[in-house]
Amino acid sequence: MAVGKITFTKTEREKLAEVLWLLNWISVLTGVILFGLGLFLKIEIQKWQEVMSEQGILYVPHMLITTGLAACGINYLGSKICLDCADTNKFLRWKLVMMPYIVCTFCFTACVLAGALLCYTIRSQLEQSLYLGLRSAMRFYKDTDTPGRCYLKKTLDMLQIQFQCCGNTDYRDWFHIQWISSRYLDMTNSAVVDRVRSNVEGKYLMDSVPFSCCSTLSSSPCIQHNLSNPAAHRHYDQQSQQLNLWRRGCQQALLDHYTGIMQSIALTVLLIWLFELLVLTGVRYLQTAMENVIRLGDPESESEGWILENSLAETACYNFNIIKNLGKCYQVDEDPNINIPTAAADQEVPPLQVRVSVTS
Amino acid sequence: MALMVVKFDLKKRVKLAQTVWFMYWFAVLAGILVLSLGLFFKIELRKRSELMDNNESHFLPNLLITMGLIACGINAFGGKVCYDSLDPLKFAKWKPVLKSFLVFCLGFNALLVVTSLLCFVMRIPLQFTLAEGLKNGMKYYKDTDTPGRCYMKRTLDLMQMEFRCCGNDNYRDWFEIQWVSNRYLDFSSKEVKDRIGSNVDGQYLMDGVPFSCCNPSSPRPCIQYQMTNNSAHYSYDHYTEELNVWRRGCRDALLSYYGGIMNTIGALVFLVTVLEVAVTVGLQYVDTSLSTLSNPEDIESESEGFLLEKTVKETFTDIMAKMKSMGKGAKVEEGGEEGVATVS
Repeated sequence: MAVGKITFTKTEREKLAEVLWLLNWISVLTGVILFGLGLFLKIEIQKWQEVMSEQGILYVPHMLITTGLAACGINYLGSKICLDCADTNKFLRWKLVMMPYIVCTFCFTACVLAGALLCYTIRSQLEQSLYLGLRSAMRFYKDTDTPGRCYLKKTLDMLQIQFQCCGNTDYRDWFHIQWISSRYLDMTNSAVVDRVRSNVEGKYLMDSVPFSCCSTLSSSPCIQHNLSNPAAHRHYDQQSQQLNLWRRGCQQALLDHYTGIMQSIALTVLLIWLFELLVLTGVRYLQTAMENVIRLGDPESESEGWILENSLAETACYNFNIIKNLGKCYQVDEDPNINIPTAAADQEVPPLQVRVSVTS
Repeated sequence: MALMVVKFDLKKRVKLAQTVWFMYWFAVLAGILVLSLGLFFKIELRKRSELMDNNESHFLPNLLITMGLIACGINAFGGKVCYDSLDPLKFAKWKPVLKSFLVFCLGFNALLVVTSLLCFVMRIPLQFTLAEGLKNGMKYYKDTDTPGRCYMKRTLDLMQMEFRCCGNDNYRDWFEIQWVSNRYLDFSSKEVKDRIGSNVDGQYLMDGVPFSCCNPSSPRPCIQYQMTNNSAHYSYDHYTEELNVWRRGCRDALLSYYGGIMNTIGALVFLVTVLEVAVTVGLQYVDTSLSTLSNPEDIESESEGFLLEKTVKETFTDIMAKMKSMGKGAKVEEGGEEGVATVS
């Protein structure tokens, strides 16, 4: 009992081949789109990779790039095959390649689906990576003279300005780290020395934030220092406090930004996957229809095409047996040409004796 | 003696008509390009009209939009004429208008050249508009509670951060105006009272700049206040400090931005003009080659195509004579009427 059996006339087969040729060319374009999406995501991640603690997330764009390139190659080959399939003579050229090609396309389509699902699942890993990355970036904010870290200040300032955020989870994160380098601290000043001494680790902490935390929406000039003492500033009421600095944390801002990008990419990849599945089904029908035509011998006759020759269960059993027997290929029990002496010799069937009747 | 004569047979004529038709379609796309460039420039001017005192001249973008629309129309019509020129019946209905259409095209091309030149020249009035607008913008920076000006602070801050500039000519422009609103000044403090007292207009001036002037590339945290007082900050010399705030003035920054846009648009419009001249010449050849058939009944006969019927000098004298006769014709009519009036 075949799965999805459809009968094709000669004209229908030719039409199917033409349509599939066109669809394969469109699939090459979608492969290019996939490649482009992977490249775009890679560039976006590399833009802010300094504030991420590990680069593990890069395997998502790499997978999209490889799948896109594979899509271009596979679908280009498919378009060539489908163009030849309209004619039975040309189809014979491709007969042996068809089955491996279909299996390959099936695996590749599964990869596309995996790529789409990865985009949804990467969020938790990204969250952790951003938290740790931002924490160490803020710690090294002041080290503008240390090689390897001298651009962290600029990166963090540009990040806070562009994404309108401040600190890791909150602007108060800046109160817990020393973000002014000791080079710019006057150690002869008693106030400075007191502050450094009062801290366990000898750090110069204060309740102020860098200028990049300042909000452009505020109606008053930016208040960066003495933030825990609202009374020290004139006209600094509750509403002014809300508008003065950016309230969002940079971890949340970056997470939202990347989640948005990856959700759109995942949606597009899912649509491409559905399209590839459609093309795969069409190619399978074309393959089975052409094979049946050759089996029938008459190129003008109708033939049947299907997705699976037997029902799903039977096909699964059959393939499972093949795999099982692959392992048994060196066992010789079933070969009748080899004589294996068995323990129970008396159970041997006695050789047949032909009785010769003597006619007298 | 005609100018630039070329001999045509049927095959050559067909090829010419096809090429010119193809070029006309490119010219339609070029017209759409000019239209979109005009729209883009208009939007860019609108975006920052606050910084130009809402006083900026929209003459150039409007001109570009109009020229783009006219170009699309002319080129579509020209393409249709070229397409029909392959069929003598259809071409016959276009024949009477073709001469005046070609003259109109010539005038349009001249106007395109003028537009292209204008793109390079309009930079100068823009400079003055920007200077005036930015000066006023800085004056209203503190008026975040005055209706109509409450977004000036945000606009200026965003502009200074985006264009990496500070003040009008440089950051010292902020020292000359009061950019902190009186609401945020503590009038009971002696320091504030002294400062206001020492100023003629009673303004609170200080050697500080807004936070949007700060340069993120600076190795030390931004020094916004008491910028000219070296002793107020540790290890600071305001004469040698270059990375602290943006050094560029916003007028320069905005001018180079808009200047770049206008130069690009001017260059593109010039290229479009070259294309338009080429298609006009092509249409002239199509027209003349179909009008000078040696045997008017036989379309396969040979013909000549030319750019001008007579030489340039003779054509020029012809045009002058025509204009003079038109002028004299009007005079004679007036004289005749007077004569008639006096006779009776």
